Amino acid sequence: MEMVNITVDGQELQVQKNSTVLEAARIAGIKIPTLCYHPELRPEGNCRVCMVEVKGARTLVASCVYPVSEGMVVNTNTVGVREARKTVVELLLANHPQDCLSCQRNLNCELQTIAADLGVRKIRFEGEKKSYPLDNSNPSLVRDQSKCILCGRCVRACSERQGVNVYSFANRGFKTTVVPAFNQGLDKVACTYCGQCASVCPTGAIVVKDDTLSVWRELANPQKHVVVQTAPAVRVALGEALGLNLGEAVTGKMVAALRRLGFDKVFDTNFSADLTIMEEGAEFLHRLKNGGKLPMITSCSPGWVNFAELFYPDLLDHLSTAKSPQQMFGAIVKTYYAEKAGIDPANIVSVSVMPCTAKKGEAAREEMKSSGYKDVDFVITTTELAAMIKESGIDFASLAEEKYDDPMGIATGAGVIFGATGGVMEAALRTLSELVTGEELKDIEFHNVRGLNGVKEAEIELGDKTVKVAVAHTLLNARALMDKIRRGEADYHFIEIMACPGGCIGGAGQPINLSAGFRQKRIDAIYDCDTKSELRKSHKNPAICELYDTWLGKPLGEKSHHLLHTTYQPQKR
Amino acid sequence: MKTLEDLKRLREQVKSQTQLRYEAKTKIIIGMGTCGIAAGARDVMTSILAEISKRKLEDITVAQTGCIGMCEKEVLVDVVRPGEMRITYGNVTPEVVPRIIAEHVVNGCIVEELVVGKME
Amino acid sequence: MEHFRAHVLICAGTGCVSSGSKKVEAALREQLAKKGLDKEIKIVETGCHGFCEMGPLVIVYPEGVFYVRVKEEDVTDIVEDHLYKGRIVERLLYKEPVSLEKVPNYSDIPFYKKQMRMVLANCGHIDPEVIEEYIAVNGYQALGKALVEMKPEDVVDEVKKSGLRGRGGGGFPTGLKWGFTRSAVGEKKYVVCNADEGDPGAFMDRSVLEGDPHRIIEGMAICGYAIGADEGYIYVRAEYPLAIKRLKIAISQAEDMGLLGENIFGSGFNFKIKIKEGAGAFVCGEETALLASIEGRRGMPRPRPPFPAVSGLWGKPTNINNVETFANVPQIINNGADWYAAIGTERSKGTKVFALTGRINHTGLAEVPMGISMREIIYDIGGGIPNGKKFKAVQIGGPSGGCLPENMLNLAVDYDSLIEVGAMMGSGGLVVMDETTCMVDVAKFFLNFTQSESCGKCTPCREGTKRMLEILTRITDGEGKDGDIELLQDMAKDIKATALCGLGQTAPNPVLSTIRYFKHEYEAHIKEKRCPAGACSKLAGYTILDSCKGCSLCKKACPVEAISGTIKAKHQIDSEKCIKCGTCLAKCPFKAIVKG
Repeated sequence: MEMVNITVDGQELQVQKNSTVLEAARIAGIKIPTLCYHPELRPEGNCRVCMVEVKGARTLVASCVYPVSEGMVVNTNTVGVREARKTVVELLLANHPQDCLSCQRNLNCELQTIAADLGVRKIRFEGEKKSYPLDNSNPSLVRDQSKCILCGRCVRACSERQGVNVYSFANRGFKTTVVPAFNQGLDKVACTYCGQCASVCPTGAIVVKDDTLSVWRELANPQKHVVVQTAPAVRVALGEALGLNLGEAVTGKMVAALRRLGFDKVFDTNFSADLTIMEEGAEFLHRLKNGGKLPMITSCSPGWVNFAELFYPDLLDHLSTAKSPQQMFGAIVKTYYAEKAGIDPANIVSVSVMPCTAKKGEAAREEMKSSGYKDVDFVITTTELAAMIKESGIDFASLAEEKYDDPMGIATGAGVIFGATGGVMEAALRTLSELVTGEELKDIEFHNVRGLNGVKEAEIELGDKTVKVAVAHTLLNARALMDKIRRGEADYHFIEIMACPGGCIGGAGQPINLSAGFRQKRIDAIYDCDTKSELRKSHKNPAICELYDTWLGKPLGEKSHHLLHTTYQPQKR
Repeated sequence: MKTLEDLKRLREQVKSQTQLRYEAKTKIIIGMGTCGIAAGARDVMTSILAEISKRKLEDITVAQTGCIGMCEKEVLVDVVRPGEMRITYGNVTPEVVPRIIAEHVVNGCIVEELVVGKME
Repeated sequence: MEHFRAHVLICAGTGCVSSGSKKVEAALREQLAKKGLDKEIKIVETGCHGFCEMGPLVIVYPEGVFYVRVKEEDVTDIVEDHLYKGRIVERLLYKEPVSLEKVPNYSDIPFYKKQMRMVLANCGHIDPEVIEEYIAVNGYQALGKALVEMKPEDVVDEVKKSGLRGRGGGGFPTGLKWGFTRSAVGEKKYVVCNADEGDPGAFMDRSVLEGDPHRIIEGMAICGYAIGADEGYIYVRAEYPLAIKRLKIAISQAEDMGLLGENIFGSGFNFKIKIKEGAGAFVCGEETALLASIEGRRGMPRPRPPFPAVSGLWGKPTNINNVETFANVPQIINNGADWYAAIGTERSKGTKVFALTGRINHTGLAEVPMGISMREIIYDIGGGIPNGKKFKAVQIGGPSGGCLPENMLNLAVDYDSLIEVGAMMGSGGLVVMDETTCMVDVAKFFLNFTQSESCGKCTPCREGTKRMLEILTRITDGEGKDGDIELLQDMAKDIKATALCGLGQTAPNPVLSTIRYFKHEYEAHIKEKRCPAGACSKLAGYTILDSCKGCSLCKKACPVEAISGTIKAKHQIDSEKCIKCGTCLAKCPFKAIVKG
């Protein structure tokens, strides 16, 4: 790698030739303030906060996009530079609602942070402020364009990361704004509700819908038996929002906190993840043996399912008919559990805590009422749970660990790895191997489907058949795979697709984290939970076995078919 | 157009199309006042144009002017070649036009017997 | 071949067409045919002569008689008297504005005499829709010479030596830019002509495109040869339909003649040109926004480096130049760099076409050598200020430029001298202002333009121009505050330093320039709530002059008792109480009350 010599604030450095001034400065221990810059997106140089002085340049330059060159002399901290940055932030503040104290992103907003860091004490401009009606049109996300600072991150995330291209800049001058096509609500355009836009938004312009009020209401109702399920990815990120370290699994404390909040039963989505493996595994073998539609593709990521229904309606029969763990749980809790516990299902309120925004839409789907009632009543995200915990004054860090309730709280390591990209595939392979060969699997870790590569491929021996699998995360990679299938070039048998980068641990319902390698740390915590589990194969889960033996019958049986499987329709938006 | 020579050739060919808007070499001026027209200046004009066309002459402008002055000698035609005196021919008829063009305009020999005036 | 003894040139540029030149032409054709003169008199439609104030223009050759403001009804006289009888129609001649002396010949008219029409040489003299006429006046000779007798590097060197600088406003040395693009790595390269001409009031490029389109084609082809590009785009603003039409015809005719396409002049060089229409955004005149627009994306600029010379259209090395820049190229190749460098000043070579607009007698286009004084342009060529008003300032460079007051009129006009005084050459638009123009209002006008044209991508331009505009509006509404001038200057400094592209970086210039030279006007607005030029309607105040006889009629008439004074003594108006109704002015029998 070719290196160049530059000077930054008097420090002489040797940096890689293709670096930007921003990256070079970091090496020198200088963190130039930025706003529109995002470590995982291509830099654009919109906000003009990261300005620095480069000797010989006509104006100040944006360090996030300016490439280094031999002999460059940079000053990041002159009077002129600081004044310029302040003016830029002042201009943003002059056109921003001043309701920080009651905003959903209070204390967690990058505009607040930069204004504080730069020491902005006065806003010298008074004038027109932009105002737009809220976009509250859909179950997952809320858009408030008045808070938009036009950093363009949502545009970049939706196009570069997800390949869905919902957002673009529109209009000129003061009226410039970032909107979906023709300024329609997200519900009217081809949006998958994956929420990655909210995940990168620096302010409260795009936020996850807050459903906690409904949950509080139900918890306060003595007539209702409120049960909660927690997704695997929640436990490795909840701590981040409550002052604990990144990469720590806080399962025990989370369960304890949920009980304190007043949930009657605290169950684990990992249980129904195991259930999903039973059904989906059986479905896969059925297709494999009987010439069913291949490749079969997982269907537990609702962002991905929306994507398929919107963009690949011709390939919907590739999707597994198995519901997602969240929805399987909902169906089972208001039938099997209700029966077992002797509770009238009409009084059961089923809440889920998810890392995901699209899950809110999934729970609201018309067909998700197999129990005779709405299978999942309310979905709250990891950050919403953290907010509820803070609101109730629970000292999370000092809670003693508690265990999930029976029966739907018993789960295996195979269930927990659903939270990472490749986890569903690995869990399925652990079960499929033993189902097909009848022999116990010695090496149950399938490392070739783990990791952050966009598309991973592997060949697995299932008995006498070699099965080709693929694992993709982000919708951009999903698109590439689906195009391959459309062209008839895909010779895979089984594909796992997750809409979010890194899998569910990177969902938009998770606390926002900009630190380097945070996705890997959460993934490591997930696999750590798996390694520490006693049971690591879904079909060995005693609670699952009991469910089938006493109540469900067989995987793909009539009851399963009715409660645990679903259909898909093309979406026309 | 295949070569630079082709361009040059075409240029020579079409130069006459615009030439008259720029400085030309020889000027022929016909008196077209009322007396001139009455004396048949229009026919003289037509025959001059025809002769120029027949001979494919370039670098010549044919202009009209009002009454030149010597009304009894109409039709009056002035010929000015670059660097030479302004010669006024009188009693010009379509018949003598070819001679004026051939001898004076093209070859520079003034047709003395038709001259009625000379000017520097 | 027919010998036409006279050519009647009718200007068919957009300006004259709007004034009715097409009707004049139709009448002329009809009457010539009726009179039997149509075989000996040729009617030629030309492009813009530049003397737009005087249109429709008709020139009769070989005499070179210049008729102005010709109407359909005038055609009879032109045909009967001039074309048939040879008598000039005096009443249609151009008259000097002051002496009213008639000037029959085109070449004697002062507007043209002081000009050095090189880029505009053919405009108004040839039919732009007939390629043979362009060839007749040496057209495509330069392309032939470059392709057959010169190597690409030699062409670049010649342009470098000539000292030609970008005429779009940036003034970047053209040869240097061609050199960068030539040495950029890559097989596929592009030539792009920026014909977006967004500056309000500028129409130099339009006239060249309408009047001499082949010149641009030739210039672009020479550039393509020099840098190694085989494809060119002309990005024309959609508001120039006539220019687009003429370009399309010209390109098609050039293709038919083998002057565009494959193996031009047998040299092995291929070049084709496509036209891309703009969609109504000033920012698309910025080179990277223009490239984005050609690619079908939203016209928003991007940070540089990398520069278009290295990574431009579709990521390929691209050379973008303005229309006028390309128009200068053929003559440099034909006559040599030394000939070109002999014109102009030390660091600004050649000529510049200026659009004279505003309060000036001869609105139109003037091409002058660099280094001429502003005074000569405005007075000798422009004919001075109409209606006996006094010159106040001239704005150069449009919304990116600045103004020059009266005491700077002797400034030699070139790129660097203008920047030194806080103005900018820009594309060459000159807006002349007289004493009735309010300079604060001028700044507000230009800022209003840049704010509505801002693409919105970067904070300082999108938000900063809005806030500056709000401050200026307050000032012109009489709500200026102490500290506003300093605030404007601070903001201007920061916006210029942080904006992403030239639009934002130069948007504060009109403000800075008017503050620099007309600070007293700003102060009058802010401190006295008074507009010295009398232009700002909210500040239209009234003043009683010394010629007041103290008759008190005004005092009695004032509905809000804002006038005070004793009989036979000069009265006063209290500007705080005054509601600007104007009743006092109407009542005064001695004309002792004025606005302002």
